[in-house]
Amino acid sequence: MAEEVTKIICITCPMGCSLEVTHDGDTVTKVDGASCKKGAEYALAELTDPRRMVTSTVKVAGGLHPLIPVYTAAPIPKPRIFDLLASLRQVELQAPVKVGQVVLASVVGTDVDVLASRDLPAV
Amino acid sequence: MLKQKYDVIVIGSGPAGLAAAVEAKKTGAEDVLIIERDRELGGILLQCIHNGFGVELLKEDLPGPAYAQRYIEEVHESGVETLLDAMVLDISPSRHIYAISEWSGFAELDARAIVLAMDCRERTRAQIRLRGSRPAGVYTAGTAQRFTNIEGSLPGERIVILGSGDIGMIMARRLTFEGAKVERVLEIMPFLTGLTRNYVQCLLDFDIPLQLRHTVARIIGNRRVEAVEAVQVDEKWQPVEGTREIIPCDTLLLSVGLIPENELSKKAGVLLDPVTNGPFVDQGMQTNVPGIFAAGNVVHVYDLVDWVTEAGFVAGRAAAKYAIAQRKRVARQVKLQAGANVRYVVPHVMDKEALAESDQKLQMRVVSPIEGKVWVQVTDGENQIVRKGQRYARPGEMVTVKIPQKAYDEVQKTDRLTVNVVAR
Repeated sequence: MAEEVTKIICITCPMGCSLEVTHDGDTVTKVDGASCKKGAEYALAELTDPRRMVTSTVKVAGGLHPLIPVYTAAPIPKPRIFDLLASLRQVELQAPVKVGQVVLASVVGTDVDVLASRDLPAV
Repeated sequence: MLKQKYDVIVIGSGPAGLAAAVEAKKTGAEDVLIIERDRELGGILLQCIHNGFGVELLKEDLPGPAYAQRYIEEVHESGVETLLDAMVLDISPSRHIYAISEWSGFAELDARAIVLAMDCRERTRAQIRLRGSRPAGVYTAGTAQRFTNIEGSLPGERIVILGSGDIGMIMARRLTFEGAKVERVLEIMPFLTGLTRNYVQCLLDFDIPLQLRHTVARIIGNRRVEAVEAVQVDEKWQPVEGTREIIPCDTLLLSVGLIPENELSKKAGVLLDPVTNGPFVDQGMQTNVPGIFAAGNVVHVYDLVDWVTEAGFVAGRAAAKYAIAQRKRVARQVKLQAGANVRYVVPHVMDKEALAESDQKLQMRVVSPIEGKVWVQVTDGENQIVRKGQRYARPGEMVTVKIPQKAYDEVQKTDRLTVNVVAR
C-alpha cells in the first residue's frame, strides 16, 4: 500500500487540534499538528480502532423521572454505537437506582459496562 | 423548617450554586440555604447527559448528572439546607427575599449575603426575529434536551437545527441516537460557535451536514412545522438570492445563544454590564450591591462547567466572609432605646468599641415636660450605666447625656441601653 495523509480533528480535549496523519494502511508514520502527545495516540486509535464514549437514557419504573441517564464506563468501538443503543432500548430498571450502578454489563462484545449517571430515588 | 434569617442564601442549584453553598459552609457560614425552582438539586446539568464534564477540575470525564451529584452529595454532607420547587419572586437591596412554593407557601427570608446563581435563558424565536408562520415544533435546544433526556418524549422526527452552539450539536447527536433524522445544522456565522470536538463527535461522526453562513429565512407549516427555508447570507447577514432551499422537516431547534438570567438581580439594584448582560463584579464576585454576589452563567456565559464551579467557590467564600463580618459588626453594636418619657434617641446604635476612643454623646427629646429636677438615666435594664441631673426637661429643648469611657466594661456586657428622663 502507498502512504497517504488523512486529516482528522483530535477530540481528546477542548482544544481540538487539526491533525495530518501520514500512514500506510494502519501503520502511522507521522502525525503533524498535535500540540501534545495525546494527539499521536488519538490519531493511531482513530485510524485503527475508533472508539467513542456513549451516553443515552434507559427506562426506569417507579422513579422520580421515567428515564435515567447512562454512560459507557469506557469508549466503545464507533461502528457498534447503534447496536449498543438498540440493546439499551430493551432495558427497564426499577427505582431506586444508584449512581455507578451497572445497567448493562460487557456491552457489544467488549468488557465495557454501561453505568447509571445519577441516583434516581423511588417515588 | 425554614429559618427567618440565614448567613448565606444561594439562588439556584446548578454547578455555581452548589459550589457556592458548599464553599460558604466550609468558610464558616452557619446557616446556608439553597433555593431551587426544580424538584431536585442540580440545575441544567441533570439534562446534560453527555460526558465531558470535570476534565479540568476533577481530572475525570463525567456525564453532567454524575458531575452534579458529586456536589449534591457535598451539599447534603455539609448540612446546607435546601428549599426545592420554590420560586424566588423578588429580592430587595437589603437582602430580603420573597419566595413561593407549594410546600412552604409564601416565605420571606433575610440573608446576610446572597449568591445569585440563576444561569441563563436561551434565546427564543422571537428574540432572533424568525419570519414565517407560527406552527408547533419550534423549540429551543435546551427545551428539546429536557423533553428527550428527562421527560421521555422526542420533540420530532425530522429535525433542522439553527445554530452551531454546543447544545445544538449535542442535541443533533442525541436525537440521532433516539431515531430521529437530523437534516441540517445551519450557522449564520462563518465559523463554528461551539467546541471543535463536538463538531467531530456529534456531527461528523454521524454525517450530519453543517452549513456555515446559512440561516433560516422562513418557517413553513400550518399546525406543525412542515419545512424551513434555508438561505446563505453575506457579510452583512443579508440573504444571497439564488441560494434559497426548502428543507422538509417537522421540528426546528434553536441553539442561538444564551442570555444571563438577571431579572431578580435587577430588582435587587444590581448593575449589569451591557457587554456580558451579567452583573459587574469584583474579585470576590460581589456585585455593586454590598452583600450580593453572583456566580456562573448569570455573570457571563462559560465554555466549561469546571470554571463555573470555580466561580461558585469564589463567590461562596466571599459571601460567607461578608456574612461573618456582618455578624461580628452587629455583635459589637449596642441598641440605644427610648425609655420612660423619651421620644427617641440619636444615635440609634453605637459600636461598643467607640468608647475605647472617646465618651459618646446621646441626644434626645422628651415626651412631656417635667417642671422640676430630673434624672437623665442610661441603664442596661438592670444596672445604671450613667445618670445626669437637670433642673427640668421640656420637649422644646434637646436633652443630652454622655456615656463616659469608664463605662466601657459594663457596656460590653449588653446589647441594648435604655434612656429614661424621670423626676428626681
